[in-house]
Amino acid sequence: MAEVTYPADLKYHPEHDWARVEGDVATFGITAYAEDQLGEVVFFDPPEVGTQVTKDESYAELESVKAVSDVIAPLSGEIVEVNEALAAEPEKVNEDPYGDGWLVRVRLSDPAELDALLEPPAYEELLAQES
Amino acid sequence: MPGVMATAADGLSRAPLQDEGVRTIYEKSQPGRRAFVAPPIDVPVRPLDELLPARLRRIEPARLPEVSEPEIVRHYVRLSKRNFDLDSGFYPLGSCTMKHNPRLHERIAALPGNARLHPLQDPRRAQGALELMWRLQAALSEIAGLPHVSLHPSAGSHGELAGVLLTRAYHEDRGEERTRILTPDTAHGTNPATVAMAGYEVVKVGTNEYGGVDVEDLRAKADQRTACLMLTNPNTLGLFDPRIEEIAEIVHGVGATLYYDGANLNAIMGKSRPGDMGFDIVHFNLHKSFTQPHGGGGPGAGPIAVSSEIEPYLPRPQVVRRCAGADGQEPFFDLDDDRPRSIGRLRGFQGNYGVFVRSYAYILSLGADGLQSASETAVLNANYLMARLTEVAGDYLPPAYERTCMHEFVLSGGSMRRQLGIRTLDLAKRLLDFGFHPPTVYFPLLVDEALLIEPTETESKETLDAFAEAIASILREAGEDPEIARGAPYTTPVRRLDEASAAKRPVLRQPRATPLGA
Repeated sequence: MAEVTYPADLKYHPEHDWARVEGDVATFGITAYAEDQLGEVVFFDPPEVGTQVTKDESYAELESVKAVSDVIAPLSGEIVEVNEALAAEPEKVNEDPYGDGWLVRVRLSDPAELDALLEPPAYEELLAQES
Repeated sequence: MPGVMATAADGLSRAPLQDEGVRTIYEKSQPGRRAFVAPPIDVPVRPLDELLPARLRRIEPARLPEVSEPEIVRHYVRLSKRNFDLDSGFYPLGSCTMKHNPRLHERIAALPGNARLHPLQDPRRAQGALELMWRLQAALSEIAGLPHVSLHPSAGSHGELAGVLLTRAYHEDRGEERTRILTPDTAHGTNPATVAMAGYEVVKVGTNEYGGVDVEDLRAKADQRTACLMLTNPNTLGLFDPRIEEIAEIVHGVGATLYYDGANLNAIMGKSRPGDMGFDIVHFNLHKSFTQPHGGGGPGAGPIAVSSEIEPYLPRPQVVRRCAGADGQEPFFDLDDDRPRSIGRLRGFQGNYGVFVRSYAYILSLGADGLQSASETAVLNANYLMARLTEVAGDYLPPAYERTCMHEFVLSGGSMRRQLGIRTLDLAKRLLDFGFHPPTVYFPLLVDEALLIEPTETESKETLDAFAEAIASILREAGEDPEIARGAPYTTPVRRLDEASAAKRPVLRQPRATPLGA
């Protein structure tokens, strides 16, 4: 299990997803809380490159030993890359959720959406309320 | 006492069955060994070609295991002992209704007229079986509070599929094309799976703070696109939704059907009827509520009861009673295929007949009063166990909803995990060392570290107390050393399984066995 941290350079979505924005492209993944709740991830069903994703809507599925879960897009845009390495090693989502366990890269269509995402303290406060 | 020896993780106190290697019956095969000796031929020998032409005969002999009778008996008895079953211990698997299977039912199902009936028997010569099915239909109709029943579906999920196909047929017949089916987020996984399989879009409805349907969310999502709402009442939190009439009104208001998932019928038999609550289609899990050895993959039965509006679309053939004709003929039972608007056949033959026999025997043995009292006792047992567990384990495993429950209840292991460092999965695995089958875990998904416990009416107070005490011991033990639970189980034929590898790298084929000594 990864250490439960919430890096300061990421923005967080209340559905336990993160986005790392670099220019007009963002990397998406799930938070340490989410991977811990899911349990060991056994399969990532990625979208195809070129697919449009919409903020707050599901864009992929993660299957763990417990359940199959929808992954929610923190921002809108077009998929430009998916993490192919997860096909062979889906456990990277658990081991390194903010690094090798990233899921997709997206060319953002509406950078203004960024304002709606949470900073780490606000996200951690949300987690405290949930548990 | 397994709990005592279970602390040894060094293998010294393993149960004897753990030492038996898992060899298949084929691996035990020895060339030429037999379980019988055929008597000498006492009729004239005829050439094989005359009896069966060469083109119909297999080229290579079938690869059958060659073993003696005691080897066969031991092989299967050993396999059966490696399994945990209701006949060996308490099995509180939530939403599965693992109640005792009365032995009387087995005697009746084994009567030659029941057990040896051929599925292709002419209905005229299977009157007894058809009458039993017809009477079972009538009994189920009364229990559901809906006038028509089909025994076709062979599982709860199969009943759901039938229900969704009936819903589609009903809408299409009225010239309507609807695309979405609503299911609450507490629904059994089979509900959304059925919806997707039938080609509809799943729309999730939220749960309110009391564990019932979020009625405002339902109101917002129900519209002209909605074909159906699938609901379980009491739901998988073990809670009865008191707003069911309001829910039915919303659903019918947009012209959709209301579907009742009967998985939790054991809570309300003879107390309230889905038909009276406003449901249009109901499935029963005969193997749950009406007793049946189950849990190993079948056979089951998932009959459906429906309103008069849905009746024309029921699967065919239907078991019917034909009235006396003008020619002085006696009334008789028949299979009616003349159903032009039917959704058609859902399976070969008429269903798992042995299941019908056992369930009908159960309904007749108990009668209306007995069924009612079974439900009352199931609810009493669940509330007693919930209260006991709150008493001995409430700090770590509080109920997810502080309400009187129905036949099952959900505990949350969130604080157990934070305070003791063990997860619900660890607790579940450790229970096996105490001789109990674990409850359903991590379901429903909306409860953190969920444990869904359904004791059923057939368990004694002593058993419920012993289960509560086992949970309390595991929690005490975890307070001292959480590693014990994390490494459990210790006394079962196989230890903790690697579920992730099983999902990622499944071994789907038994390696071809070489017989010993070959």
